[in-house]
Amino acid sequence: MPHTRELIDKVTGHYGANREALLPILQEIQRNEQYLSDEAMVEVAKTLDISSADVYGKATFYSFLDTIPRGKYVIRVCKTIVCDMHNKNKIIETIENLLKIKVGETTLNRKFSLLYTNCLGWCHKGPAMLINDDVYTELTPEKVRDIIREYKNKP
Amino acid sequence: MAERLQRLDMILGTYSPEKYKILEKNLSRPKNEIIKDLIDSGLKGRGGAGFLTGLKWKYAAMAEGEQKFVICNADEGEPGTFKDREILSKVPRKVLSGMGICAYVIGANKGYIYLRGEYKFLVPQLQKEIDEFHVYCDIHNLKFRVEIFLGSGAYVCGEETALLNSIEGKRGEPRNKPPFPTNIGLFGCPTVINNVETLVSAMTVCNIGPDEFKKLGIQDSHGSKLFSISGDTPKPGIYDLEFGLSLDEFVREFGDGDTKAVQVGGASGFCVPRKKFSQTTLGFKGGLSGDNLPTGGSMMIFNSTRSMYHVLENYLEFFEEESCGQCTPCRIGCQQLKKGIDAVKRGIKPPEYLEQLLSLTETMKITAKCGLGQSVANSFSSIVENFREEMIY
Repeated sequence: MPHTRELIDKVTGHYGANREALLPILQEIQRNEQYLSDEAMVEVAKTLDISSADVYGKATFYSFLDTIPRGKYVIRVCKTIVCDMHNKNKIIETIENLLKIKVGETTLNRKFSLLYTNCLGWCHKGPAMLINDDVYTELTPEKVRDIIREYKNKP
Repeated sequence: MAERLQRLDMILGTYSPEKYKILEKNLSRPKNEIIKDLIDSGLKGRGGAGFLTGLKWKYAAMAEGEQKFVICNADEGEPGTFKDREILSKVPRKVLSGMGICAYVIGANKGYIYLRGEYKFLVPQLQKEIDEFHVYCDIHNLKFRVEIFLGSGAYVCGEETALLNSIEGKRGEPRNKPPFPTNIGLFGCPTVINNVETLVSAMTVCNIGPDEFKKLGIQDSHGSKLFSISGDTPKPGIYDLEFGLSLDEFVREFGDGDTKAVQVGGASGFCVPRKKFSQTTLGFKGGLSGDNLPTGGSMMIFNSTRSMYHVLENYLEFFEEESCGQCTPCRIGCQQLKKGIDAVKRGIKPPEYLEQLLSLTETMKITAKCGLGQSVANSFSSIVENFREEMIY
């Protein structure tokens, strides 16, 4: 796991090899490898000298950390009440049709995952979604088609 | 517009011409005087719970400890709330000034901004402001450093002790209180945790003084407050309004003419039906007549096309997913409430079953470990009691 090792070292270089570094390390691995593999979690546990169960416990607690492989671009559509009132279902339907996956699934080429998420804090501009860290608001099916096309053309 | 509905722009208004002038001014004041000003101003936390900010600072200042921390809680996850994002993107300098004054008063040398993962896009510009802030700290001889700590999508981490656990590298599960963080907080050290808006308001009090601040608002709820307004309204957005506004006035201004109910304080707040608009005042619990609602500023407006059953179901799904699962009343309670209203709706259980569910929320209110489980009762009972027929038919 040379790559994971580098990512861990990068974060512990800033925080030190103590437990405070755990969440930042997991976030860094998630960002680069799109999920936290068993091997990566064991490696993290060894570095911080804590049990791998502890690492797993932390990893499964947060909705932005995954222990199963996700796509390079993770689409999270807000499903909380105001976005829901503003037709989030149409947005989901559009993405499902474009990517040929259902909510919770990942495309076969591991480029996209489609997930629901709870309130993103854009209720005044709903419906809203995140693609990785980027926010898209006031969505319409047309707007979503353009956005997805743009991402499909990205490497 | 009614008088109290004027946009005050106290919070999102422009900066003072010279950078960090208010911080500088306060760093030469006696610490006790600042605490006294804050207590006199009656400023209460703007995150929703409404604890007196001055007292919090006082306890942390009095607590023994070589290392102390100031934490800015920017884990804004309450449905319908988006004011903290706006503050951090528009006036981060005011937040940092508030943190700096707090650090000076309590004697902290390290601060964190706990930013929810959903707001990661704010990091570059916020970091730039923090770097500049550090320069001014050095100029004014304040030994204080601030770091951004990113969350990863967990509503419960907005609960202050869960937030501490999250930074410490543990699961974001709330701790037992007492001890309170002002005595035993981050890594066991005295810690002040304030909401983003609270820090700005604290800075405002330090700038204009408690008397000016108290001129705004009503008894027990002083000052202005940012309201996040969304739902069925022609003008959603963020408004800086004075406390003490009646819901009637509010709906007349922001409703779409067909308002059926307003959810005040997010999913963990209260749902107020049309017939109670005139007797409801926005503010913390106080001595005024009628219902005064505590609020983190989330105002979601529903018109008559909305099914309140669907609204409640959406909230319960939210709570069920966001419950940390540590304590049984919340973990099982949220699931059972959701199953319960579904069973009543389908006719599997009789309408009277709603009473049993209401008593379950009462149990959760007194037995759940933290605010999440305790406050499920707020929206549940206010929706079930006021829109009973919609739950059944």
